[in-house]
Amino acid sequence: MNPIYLFFHKTGSPPWFYKYSAYLIPWLWAGFIILAAIGLYQGLLVAPPDYQQGESVRIMYLHVPAAWMSMMIYGMMAIMGIIALVWRIRIMEVMIISSAPIGAAFTIIALVSGSLWGRPTWGTYWVWDARLTSELVLLFLYFGVIALYNSFDEPRKAARAASLLSIVGAVNLPIIHYSVLWWNTLHQGSSIGTSGNSIDTSMLWPLLYMAVAFKFYFGANLLSRARLRLLKQDHRKRWVKDLLAEGKN
Amino acid sequence: MSHTPFILGSYAVGAVIMLWTAIAPIINKRGLLKQLKVRESRMDRNQ
Repeated sequence: MNPIYLFFHKTGSPPWFYKYSAYLIPWLWAGFIILAAIGLYQGLLVAPPDYQQGESVRIMYLHVPAAWMSMMIYGMMAIMGIIALVWRIRIMEVMIISSAPIGAAFTIIALVSGSLWGRPTWGTYWVWDARLTSELVLLFLYFGVIALYNSFDEPRKAARAASLLSIVGAVNLPIIHYSVLWWNTLHQGSSIGTSGNSIDTSMLWPLLYMAVAFKFYFGANLLSRARLRLLKQDHRKRWVKDLLAEGKN
Repeated sequence: MSHTPFILGSYAVGAVIMLWTAIAPIINKRGLLKQLKVRESRMDRNQ
């Protein structure tokens, strides 16, 4: 068999995934801790205050990467949803439902930190602005995926329903991204883009460190949750019984 | 207006949420493994 096909077949096998993901998790946690430490040090102590926002700009080193993650995770869930529905790969189904609580956590962080930034900068914790409202809708979509999955007894049926909602809900992602362009919003436009950045490198680096750190966090957390879900779903299967007997869990 | 409480508040909320999201699967896994081991030992005793 072609080595690439073989790799995909192996990755789709729960025992194989369970075994090898365990090696990856400590490295992902280590990457997160190191990068987050550098990002926090630079963001909180080294980077200068903004000439307009003052010290409150330091909230951006948490808020912006969390908001990026909230959108990236939902986008990934939609892609995994398509793969799960078309090819019926069970690992993908497990990954979708394991991603949803992490995505919801990042959305809550983005909303709360944005709200705490808004009070000293805009003079209010919340406005029904297009960007803020569409991000809140994203949080409800995450809750919807989790609730829909838990409303089924049969995990594969539940995963199909959650996949479908993930795909349909992805329509909200371009709305969040372009809301600052399509509507007259209080929320400012992007400072970082493909056409160039409007922020100084002393502020850009801590932002990038935190953004990459959050990706490592997501990877480690996703694998931990996926492994737990596989154990729950397959607890009557031979490979789990062998694992328990060997004590390698 | 001092910005410090808003900065600290943001990072505290972020830390608590991220810590809980990271720890929850570890706690759940421990509970599940305990349950599975109890079940296995019960089955062994019955056989």
